[in-house]
Amino acid sequence: MTRRHWQQVTPYLLLLPSTIFILIFFSYPMVESFALAFRADDGGWTLKHFEAMVTDVAFVPAVCTTLLLVVIIIPVQFVLALIMALLIQAKLKFSSIFLYIYSIPLGISELAAGIVWFALFTERGYLNSILINLGLLNTPFIFLSYQNTVWLISAVVLAEAWRATSIVMIILVAGLQSIPNEYLEAADVFGASPWDKVWRVILPLLKPSLQVALILRTILAFQVFAVVLAVTGRGLTLLAAEAYLWYNTYRNPNVAAALATLIMVLSIASTMIYLWGLRTPEEQSL
Amino acid sequence: MKSAALRRYLRRAFTYLLAIVVALWVLAPIYLLGVAAFSEQNAIYTFPKQFVASPFSTDTIAFFLRSTGVSKAITNSVIVALLTLFFTMLIGTPAGYAIARFLFRGRDAFRLLIVSTRAFPIVILSIPLAVSFIEWDLYDSVYSLALMHTALALPFTILTTSSVFASVPRDLEEAATTLGCNQFEAFLRVALPLALPGLAAAMLFTFVLSWNEVFAAVILTVRNRTLPALVLTVLDVSPTPYKFAGGFVMLAPSLVFMFFIRKYLFNLWGRVTK
Repeated sequence: MTRRHWQQVTPYLLLLPSTIFILIFFSYPMVESFALAFRADDGGWTLKHFEAMVTDVAFVPAVCTTLLLVVIIIPVQFVLALIMALLIQAKLKFSSIFLYIYSIPLGISELAAGIVWFALFTERGYLNSILINLGLLNTPFIFLSYQNTVWLISAVVLAEAWRATSIVMIILVAGLQSIPNEYLEAADVFGASPWDKVWRVILPLLKPSLQVALILRTILAFQVFAVVLAVTGRGLTLLAAEAYLWYNTYRNPNVAAALATLIMVLSIASTMIYLWGLRTPEEQSL
Repeated sequence: MKSAALRRYLRRAFTYLLAIVVALWVLAPIYLLGVAAFSEQNAIYTFPKQFVASPFSTDTIAFFLRSTGVSKAITNSVIVALLTLFFTMLIGTPAGYAIARFLFRGRDAFRLLIVSTRAFPIVILSIPLAVSFIEWDLYDSVYSLALMHTALALPFTILTTSSVFASVPRDLEEAATTLGCNQFEAFLRVALPLALPGLAAAMLFTFVLSWNEVFAAVILTVRNRTLPALVLTVLDVSPTPYKFAGGFVMLAPSLVFMFFIRKYLFNLWGRVTK
């Protein structure tokens, strides 16, 4: 082959290993997942695994809790992440240290984060110690009681807001860095308050970043399970936790795959909603 | 005029205050878990709890590390993370380099493929793969889990390495080829050394990703548990000191690693458009 010929082939050769790997490790399991979820033992198609999934007593609570957590956590995270991102971009001294601190949770696993918040919320934990030291309580308050769903959910929301806001912050900072300074200066010239600047200049220009962050966070939120197990024990259940139970405890990979398929459908549906709801006139790639 | 200056000064002070409050929101929970992990075991059961680890003690951590299966699980976690790092670099770096350096048909399609796999639900991958791994006799091994984690980390590796290589001036490589290097030598002697800090950050991130991953780990292993998989499976039967020390051991590496990769995080997650 000629040198010129090589030049044309090289990029494809370089991409070949990862393309093959992705085809094997993404496409194959997807197909296999559908097969597990829809195939009967005799080789025909069936919905019985979905029936088993839906009729399980834990299914409806799992769906409700999963959706409820997504609906509560995501707005909390986005407000917090926007505050963090604006602080990082505020040209403070030590901003590199603030960036480090704010991004620490990105490196913390779901499980470890769950244990951290369990340590705070448990009956003999730090939150009760603080409240008693301040004289606000005489005896420890049981936050993580099975009967007390509101507190269970609040504790999980706090844990998730603490753990998973960093990703959103990183995406928003990158978005903020791409906003030309002239726009903000122009806003200053016209006497805009900081509030107006955020609301009228920054947020509209951040739309593509917000879209990406929303898609990622929502998809990741559908997969949450270890935080909830660590903080609430079996007090709350989620779709991914049910998939884990069906696979590990009930030894039924078919129903587990049915749950995985449901999570997949929810992920795709939410992505479509965000792509449609936050569409921008020009082409904005993901 | 004076009041405008005062107002600006106050606004600045408020911004610092807010930045510090947010930093405390992140750090305080970690600090408290650290206090628990570095207290004596019986101090963990006292109530109300103390807010400094006094007397400072590694007793609880040692108890955790000596517990059944923990040292093996840590070894497994490290092996899986290192294998993942090796596989992703081996497969991902060439792809990242190709995206950064070549214009070719299908480039945008490939980028889109990578970006969309970045958010792929691990739950969907793990369960069918577990079933297949059992059939293929690959189940419950650190190698198959490392392959799974490679799938998880590969999109990040490709995106980071491509932006790292894109930041290495192309002229330098061309200069090397005019001085008699072939393209591969130019890559090896010029582009690779210059890209090394960025690649190191990508490697650290991959390590953390694999070290932290729990769903696939708990589905794909039985006897060869990684640390998060082990801690998760014994969570509801383990004593409080075990949980607290385990939590701290799991999050400690990220405290160190995030420091080194903080500047590169924007490459991992930030790029919205090319």
